Amino acid sequence: MWTQVAFWVCAVAAVATGVAVFRVDSMARATFALLASFVFAAGTLLLLNLAYLGILVVLMMIMEMVVMVVFMIMYMMNPAGLMPMTMVHNQKGSLAIAGGVFAALAAGIFLVRWPTSGRPRPADPTRALGEALMGSKMLVMMVLGLCLFATMVATIVLAAHRGRYDRYGDRLDAKRPDDPVRGGLNR
Amino acid sequence: MTLQAFLLLGAALFSVGLYGALSQQSIVMIMMGLELMANAVIVAGAAFWYFASPDRPDGQVVVLVAVTLMAVDMAIGFAVVTAIFRRRDVDLTDSAADLKG
Repeated sequence: MWTQVAFWVCAVAAVATGVAVFRVDSMARATFALLASFVFAAGTLLLLNLAYLGILVVLMMIMEMVVMVVFMIMYMMNPAGLMPMTMVHNQKGSLAIAGGVFAALAAGIFLVRWPTSGRPRPADPTRALGEALMGSKMLVMMVLGLCLFATMVATIVLAAHRGRYDRYGDRLDAKRPDDPVRGGLNR
Repeated sequence: MTLQAFLLLGAALFSVGLYGALSQQSIVMIMMGLELMANAVIVAGAAFWYFASPDRPDGQVVVLVAVTLMAVDMAIGFAVVTAIFRRRDVDLTDSAADLKG
């Protein structure tokens, strides 16, 4: 009984805070509304016995949203929400598409006969996940690791202002670095 | 708790995220919409694991992939925003429509 109540509280709160992300004026408030949405969605994971994945989502999202707040304040014109603000385009079309997608998904959810499993649930889902990742699902883990490494490299390449190829040429063979300002190390 | 209830929650989160990704002008807000859509995948994957095939960990692996996707999406998104902001002082999608066909 209480799991039912907890699920619906989490579900309604997750969707409500998700909607609030695009309704509030302040960027900081939008970020923390998104964080609340993630935490409530992770609450439903905890109800499914997925303690590890639920806590993982909560911890990761807290870190991610705190980083996001910094970027928000860096880039947005109205970080504190001191004045009303809407920055949207084609709102009616977007609403229609999102509503249509929700209606189609909901129709599918209630029309399809979903498979059910009579098999017993594992006593420790985290152990099952760990053994799968180190065994039959090893390829997934390896691809994820490669993706994360590629992300690190790509992020630094994109975000760096001037790298060594800008300073020393494409073949890194320039005698002197091509810097806009003179001075610095080894000059 | 039923599978349908969880999938309905996932569909609602996905639609809200889709609305945000389509309607917002700021690149950072678009990324928030994408994150909400990935969040829907997390909820649906976990529900499929619990109700449809709890004896196989495939659903949990999908959740792990979605969590990684969120981190990668956020990191690359902010790097792209930084690059385009540094080069052209742009943080709205409407000002970066060079490839519009």
